[in-house]
Amino acid sequence: MFSFLVKRILSGSLIVVLVSVMIYALFWYGPKSPALELCRRDTNNRCTPAKLVEFEDRLGYSNPIYEEYGKWAKGLVADRTIIHGTSEYDCPAPCLGISYRDKSLVTDQFKERFPVTVSLAVGASALYLLIGVTVGVLAARRRGSVADKALVASTLVFSSIPYYLVALLSFLILTLSTSVFPEAKYVPFLDDPLAWFSGLLLVWLVMGLYGATAYTRYSRGSMVEALGEDYVRTARAKGLRMRTVVTKHALRSALVPVITIFGLDVAFLLSGTVFTEKIFSLEGIGKWGIDAVNIKDLPVVQATTLVLAVSVVVMNIIVDIVYSILDPRVRLA
Amino acid sequence: MTEDATIVEPGEERESFEELVKHTHSANELDTSAPPVLTVENLRMYFPIKTSLMRRTVGHVQAVDGVSFVVPKGGALGLVGESGCGKSTTGQLITRLYKPTGGSMTFEGHDLASISNREMKPLRRDVQMIFQDPYSSLNPRHTVGSIVGAPLRVHDVVPKNKTLSRVQELLEVVGLNPEHYNRYPNEFSGGQRQRIGIARALALQPKLMVADEPVSALDVSIQAQVINLLQDLQREFDIAFLFIAHDLAVVRHFCPEVAVMYLGKIVEIGDRESIYANAHHPYTQALLSAVPDVKQAATGGRRERIRLTGDVPSPIDPPSGCRFRTRCPIAQEICARHEPPLLQIGKRHKVACHFPGRLGEHPREPLTARLLGVDASGQPDPGASPATDLVEQPGYADTWFDLDGKTIGRA
Amino acid sequence: MSTAPTSGDPYLVVDDLTVRFPTADGLVQAVTGLSYQVELGKTLGIVGESGSGKSVSSMAVLGLHDRRSAQISGSIKVAGTEVVGLSEGRMRELRGNAVAMIFQDALASLHPFYKIGAQLAEAYRTHHPKATKKEARSRALEMLERVGIPQPDKRIDQYPHQFSGGMRQRAMIAMGLINDPSLLIADEPTTALDVTVQAQILDLLQDLQQEFNSAIIIITHDLGVVAEMADDVLVMYAGRAVEYGSAKEVLTRPEMPYTWGLLSSVPDVAADTNARMIPIPGAPPSLLDPPSGCPFHPRCAHREKVPGDLCRTELPELLPAVHGEGHLKRCHLADPEAVFAAEVLPEIAPEMVEEKR
Repeated sequence: MFSFLVKRILSGSLIVVLVSVMIYALFWYGPKSPALELCRRDTNNRCTPAKLVEFEDRLGYSNPIYEEYGKWAKGLVADRTIIHGTSEYDCPAPCLGISYRDKSLVTDQFKERFPVTVSLAVGASALYLLIGVTVGVLAARRRGSVADKALVASTLVFSSIPYYLVALLSFLILTLSTSVFPEAKYVPFLDDPLAWFSGLLLVWLVMGLYGATAYTRYSRGSMVEALGEDYVRTARAKGLRMRTVVTKHALRSALVPVITIFGLDVAFLLSGTVFTEKIFSLEGIGKWGIDAVNIKDLPVVQATTLVLAVSVVVMNIIVDIVYSILDPRVRLA
Repeated sequence: MTEDATIVEPGEERESFEELVKHTHSANELDTSAPPVLTVENLRMYFPIKTSLMRRTVGHVQAVDGVSFVVPKGGALGLVGESGCGKSTTGQLITRLYKPTGGSMTFEGHDLASISNREMKPLRRDVQMIFQDPYSSLNPRHTVGSIVGAPLRVHDVVPKNKTLSRVQELLEVVGLNPEHYNRYPNEFSGGQRQRIGIARALALQPKLMVADEPVSALDVSIQAQVINLLQDLQREFDIAFLFIAHDLAVVRHFCPEVAVMYLGKIVEIGDRESIYANAHHPYTQALLSAVPDVKQAATGGRRERIRLTGDVPSPIDPPSGCRFRTRCPIAQEICARHEPPLLQIGKRHKVACHFPGRLGEHPREPLTARLLGVDASGQPDPGASPATDLVEQPGYADTWFDLDGKTIGRA
Repeated sequence: MSTAPTSGDPYLVVDDLTVRFPTADGLVQAVTGLSYQVELGKTLGIVGESGSGKSVSSMAVLGLHDRRSAQISGSIKVAGTEVVGLSEGRMRELRGNAVAMIFQDALASLHPFYKIGAQLAEAYRTHHPKATKKEARSRALEMLERVGIPQPDKRIDQYPHQFSGGMRQRAMIAMGLINDPSLLIADEPTTALDVTVQAQILDLLQDLQQEFNSAIIIITHDLGVVAEMADDVLVMYAGRAVEYGSAKEVLTRPEMPYTWGLLSSVPDVAADTNARMIPIPGAPPSLLDPPSGCPFHPRCAHREKVPGDLCRTELPELLPAVHGEGHLKRCHLADPEAVFAAEVLPEIAPEMVEEKR
């Protein structure tokens, strides 16, 4: 277990570093540099070559890439002072740089926005896992029946509607026209748990129900397979109740593949849900990142990408640990 | 001859019992004059076991440890033993699915153990393999024609426009309908799939076939069909077989010579008579007595048998001395101290045991002590002079140690 | 000595059992009109190839078929209780209790995620609801010891994958016997095992039978296993019984060409080397559309000895054999025993013919 963790954390860190280097390089050598973008914006599209050089100097693009990357990376562990032309900005560690747009500290922004995204991810994923697996198991038990076929068909229909349409319609109908649900807003859980819950309920339901369709199909398939296993026949031959056979013997094996997909899904949720945040006007990581990409705000893009990389790495480790708990044949090494 | 093995489709005119019998074979016979096609000497395969973090080698699985035998041209050598004895690994080494750790495998003047994969390629035509599982060994997305034709194309043996007719010929030889070349494996039964696998192996007219449990996945009534087919092919095309199986009765029928393996070593090797009617190794005797016998029905109940206790030990850390001693009913002190040499005790019979003898007639004193230069308990004996020529040789010598007369026998 | 199947006081009586599965391709006639019985302390061997219905029929005894997808008719009486149509609750009381079943592939049949001890204890507690966890565990330990698992106190907390093949099958047997069943159904219990381990498992089953006087049904394709284990033999083909009688009668004086085919397909380790391996031509039939008349007729090499087209048009009844008491066979041949002795035996066991002379 210990050697597993060491190994996985080391290899995970390597992945995170590589991703950050790649993003940096992409901006550095990309077709339109962020300096040009900023220059145009600040000069009302009258960016002269001289102006551009000035902007490049100011943002550090005239220095070698490794020097700038080094400064950025050092900022993760040590306080640094960022100089943009004549202005200086104090950036205490862990420093992720400052936004090109409004010169705000990326770290501060992150601290403000990440809880929103985490709240969305936790609520939505819990909901779709619970609904998806429950419905999937029930369908698998009645495989081939009319109810099962209708269910499979309806999940297919539902999940072939684009997600943003479902989210947008829900917002328009349930919040704007009928006010069944209040307008979505984020209140920190610690400030007011009830407001946190009611503020996000609609968003969770939309994300959860939509996601549950896929999980219904995964868990149904995996459950059908598990119910056909020899050890399930053995469990029945022992005289166990069908309920025990299903929950204790079949479900535990059926969950293993579902958990793998679930882990990766959660990782992607943690890195932001762009449509959801945009439609329901929630200030999370996804909206932040997409806005930053539009204006080539490198430090912000860098930060949001790192969130994704770290979540994927961490969730993978967690999935492997859960895996080894579920299946004793899997030895972490 | 061969088309007679064709499966009769239901409804077709069928043959009578006498005709059916005519197309079957009794047990294959030994041809002692046949020259060797494959000579394996001291073959070893150790798979390293590595730690997870540092990839440090911490031990070895001694899957095959010093195996020597000869497969005569057009003949058949059976390799029997329980799971984990190394028989399948031996077969995979000969087809060079792995490169062996040591030893030599001489085939047509080439040492298959030491040549490179590139040098091996032309030889692969001559050494083909038939696999156990007719379901997983055929690609379900390829037609039968493309499966059987693949070796022809890879080795470029027939012109492109002749491939199909050659494939149809092969299908007919193994008793399948040649018109079915464009069907997929899932349209065939297990026995027919095994025939497809045989047609594929046959495509390049090999000189040696390694058949790894070719019938054990098939229904009983189909096993006999496939064995008869293999006998047909062997006679018609003069193919030598290394026949790997755990079913002692099938091996007895197909192979005039048999080697019994235990934990990576050959414990007894000889012609059919020596192994099945005159076994001298307690393991061979136990294996034979464990096979359930239909004739037992006449008397009812179970035979007296040699009961082996426990399971085969791990090949990672095999027992010292004789590897069988932990389950052996007649093991003594010397067995833990010294590995018994594979002694020739008959014209075509070798056994690796300190106490070789027929069932119930094993000697009390180790016969090998003098040869090894030790006393009866395996302690060094200063008075004895160990024999120097105990290195295992493939094949048989002209002289041997006759157990009955305690003399040197001569051919 | 073995008893003819018609005498005694049977524990299990299967009468005219038919099992069918409607599928998208049609009706699978898995078992048709099957009757047999087993007494306490006796062993019945059911022999047949894959698809002969041998496993399907015994799963019906435990009511393990899905009620929605299987059509079962006929009668199965366990100790006098009719189990066809019995409620799921009552059926559950029998399963693993009065009637236990062990399966072929012990690795697949034991749950990979639970410890051996826990799986055994679960079987015990299901039928002993008042037993504490501790009692169930000590019972599991006792059973592991009884079936000859070394260091049972250590093994009880291991998972199935940590056991060797033979040990797993022993654990499976221990689980089957934990509630002292009167009937044990063993479905190919030794098929995946090496011969020396197979011998150990067969020995164990026989010892246990003597100790507990239970009835055993052993399902196998290996006639050798049947010869050494069974008092009675039932040979099945295409879902029907084709030969039934004492093991001695059926295996030494078989009267049905399919049984001959099974005998001649398998070489014997001690046979004459002049013996031939005579296959049964063709492949087992589809149960969706079984052949007309005698289901074996498309593969039978002795058909022309029956006058007319009888084999193809008419299903032979399961009638008393020409010789031997309580020996039933399903064949139109007038004197099958004579055909066997004159034609088949000399080819598959020449030495036996000489003995008889």
